[in-house]
Amino acid sequence: MASATFRIWRGSGKEGAFRDYTAEIAPGMVVLDAVHHIQAEQANDLAVRWNCKAGKCGSCSAEINGSPRLMCMTRLNSLPLDQPITIEPMKAFPHVKDLVTDVSWNFRVKKTIRKFKPRPREADGTWRMAQADVDRVQEFRKCIECFLCQDVCHVLREHQLHDRFIGPRFLVYTAALEMHPLDTENRTTDLWQKHGVGYCNITKCCTKVCPESITITDNAIIPLKERVVDERFDPLQKLFRIFKK
Amino acid sequence: MAEYQTYDYDVLVVGAGGAGLSAAIQASANGARVGVVTKSLLGKAHTVMAEGGIAAALSNTDERDNWKVHFADTMRGGQYINNWRMAELHAKEAPDRVRELEAWGALFDRTKDGRILQRNFGGHRYPRLAHVGDRTGLEMIRTLQDHGIHLGMEVHMECTVLRLLKDSGRIAGAFGYERERGRFLLLRAKAIVLATGGIGRAYKVTSNSWEYTGDGHSLAFHAGASLLDMEFVQFHPTGMIWPPSVRGILVTEGVRGEGGVLKNKDGVRFMFSDIPENYRSQTADNEEEGWRYTQGDRKARRPPELLTRDHVARCIMREVREERGSPHGGVYLDIAWIKERLPNGAEHIKRKLPSMYHQFKQLADIDITQEPMEVGPTTHYMMGGVRVDADTQQSDIPGLFAAGECGAGLHGANRLGGNSLSDLLVFGKRAGEHAAKFSKENGTASIDQAQIDETIRSALAPFDRTGESPYQVQQDLQTMMQNLVGIVRQEQELERAVEEVRKLSERASKVAVGGNREYNNGWHTALDLTNLLTVSEIIARAAIERKESRGAHFREDYPAKDPEAAKFNIVVRRGDAGEIIVSRQPVKEMPAELKQVIEESN
Repeated sequence: MASATFRIWRGSGKEGAFRDYTAEIAPGMVVLDAVHHIQAEQANDLAVRWNCKAGKCGSCSAEINGSPRLMCMTRLNSLPLDQPITIEPMKAFPHVKDLVTDVSWNFRVKKTIRKFKPRPREADGTWRMAQADVDRVQEFRKCIECFLCQDVCHVLREHQLHDRFIGPRFLVYTAALEMHPLDTENRTTDLWQKHGVGYCNITKCCTKVCPESITITDNAIIPLKERVVDERFDPLQKLFRIFKK
Repeated sequence: MAEYQTYDYDVLVVGAGGAGLSAAIQASANGARVGVVTKSLLGKAHTVMAEGGIAAALSNTDERDNWKVHFADTMRGGQYINNWRMAELHAKEAPDRVRELEAWGALFDRTKDGRILQRNFGGHRYPRLAHVGDRTGLEMIRTLQDHGIHLGMEVHMECTVLRLLKDSGRIAGAFGYERERGRFLLLRAKAIVLATGGIGRAYKVTSNSWEYTGDGHSLAFHAGASLLDMEFVQFHPTGMIWPPSVRGILVTEGVRGEGGVLKNKDGVRFMFSDIPENYRSQTADNEEEGWRYTQGDRKARRPPELLTRDHVARCIMREVREERGSPHGGVYLDIAWIKERLPNGAEHIKRKLPSMYHQFKQLADIDITQEPMEVGPTTHYMMGGVRVDADTQQSDIPGLFAAGECGAGLHGANRLGGNSLSDLLVFGKRAGEHAAKFSKENGTASIDQAQIDETIRSALAPFDRTGESPYQVQQDLQTMMQNLVGIVRQEQELERAVEEVRKLSERASKVAVGGNREYNNGWHTALDLTNLLTVSEIIARAAIERKESRGAHFREDYPAKDPEAAKFNIVVRRGDAGEIIVSRQPVKEMPAELKQVIEESN
């Protein structure tokens, strides 16, 4: 049976180093399979976060040969196996141990976004919505919260502006709420003042790494930016606001 | 003795899937101080994997549907040993729970007139499943999560409960540990809701994630609660089988609901050759009629591919055993053929089954719009669980509740697809409501330090030993259960399984782990072994006791249904010396009006 070398980051907090492991490989294997073999046979205490192993839960995010990927959806036959495959934890979040990072910031950010506020039901007790209107939001609701888009976003990764910018995941989340056919809440002021929508300069790195192929920048972030511009910076609107005061 | 942090709650919910979050939401809404413990991050629980939909008689897609038909379908699927009161509550309340999800932001696929669209599924007479493509579970868990986080509940992510604590008969709290730092937690609570899901990890081929180690079943059993129907393990007929690394991953029944057909290597639709008597009048007898059914023809009867899961799984096994299977030991599931019937077939498949398209393309290099999938049975769902009161979901232990997969009763001998998500919503909510009520009516119980000390001692023991790896014991257990307590069972093998569990328990008590307590998956695996071994033995013991074949439980040595065995459920509880006591409990007589509902639906 063929084998390959996996260069895995080991350590906790700021301390750590790569360690090489050799594992046998079989047809169809994904990176997470190799990590599991290594864990079961060579490194029982290797820390890795995973759940569904089918690309549906978004738990096993990591950086494989430098690219943010889900370990469970990265086939070994898509990687050059003649050289070591590097597997590292995500960089935009505090490191916990081995391949695990502390992603709790994401859960705190979500709480700061105004929740869904539906309009009243129709007379017959239902809500009628056209599939076409639902489609647009369903794209955003495909998100599995793997946080790879957060990991790759330079505003978070390089500039560490976690206290000023909610990141692509939560702009998609906000867009899903804002474009929800039933929602009546307005999040434009928050987007501009608290959530830092202006920090995104549309490099589209997030869109490229999304395992659910959500068109994050074009379909979610840009329309949100346009809403902010329409409401905050449109000269006519500005005049209206002044007169209303 | 090691230190631990203490938290105080009115209601502690163990598990944050559909049932746990529903319970936590309802308990919070009723004014209880709620803590939630989840083994993973919030929103990653196994509910996320549910694909097909939520069964609820909304009668949007077919106005002939109503709670009575749903009730009768559920009882028929469960072979009439279900708890009929749960089946009644479930059928009546599921539509409101779906509408509630919509009010919290869930966006279901729509009918042409803008209402919630419903799809066909196995064992359901009419199109009944509210769905979002084939990612309904994700929609559901995200909706509950995003609604719940604004209600004030405290969520302990990546925490595991090791033991339930009692105070002279009633529940007092739980003791567990958080994975990140490996620290212990005491979670005092007036009431506890177990919502820990199933037991799939006791088997080698499973659609379940690592979390599914029967924690709630085992915690409740060791605390003295009774378990019910533990012989009934559902093997989903269609799991992926190739390549080896994806073996077991679920292929939704929705594929068959959308017109997908099962074929053997000779291209024969073998499901037509074995239609059970009690479903004959509802089942199409030719391919054309089956196709018309999937396309919404109300006069047509459903194709045999949409018979109940237990039956379809056994038919697939038969084809494989009789050497009519596919190259890797399964059969073919073909959805690509619908292109012959639908002008934009490929696009239609991608729109209705996007995750399936994605999953096969990425993991198996198969384009399901072009070629058939290879599928075979995979361990999927546990019908058995904690015995609960139908209305309140309370177990035998005052203050201990259970909901969702770790509870029992609704599904009887076999669960219908789509009835799980609705189960989570209906009984999660009920458990939360009654747990909150219990916490208001009862004070805080006292904690027994000796129970805590003992838990800590045994939890830390693997660090002080030198011995084999916990992964080895886990793998050997999974292989044993797959071979001896699988789809087709017989007495000798089941007896051997009980013996094997004893040997494996011996080994488990000696496993060793390296490293420290911080995020140590090896240590966690060692701790999970107790639960896996407990549920494995219980399943085997209950399976020995049921000497007939019914629903998901198939005995090669007793291949027929025994009318006498339709009169009891099997109950398992722990004796004073820790032994497993198996007994029979008579099935309660159904009230006349429900009997009539069933008769009318025949």
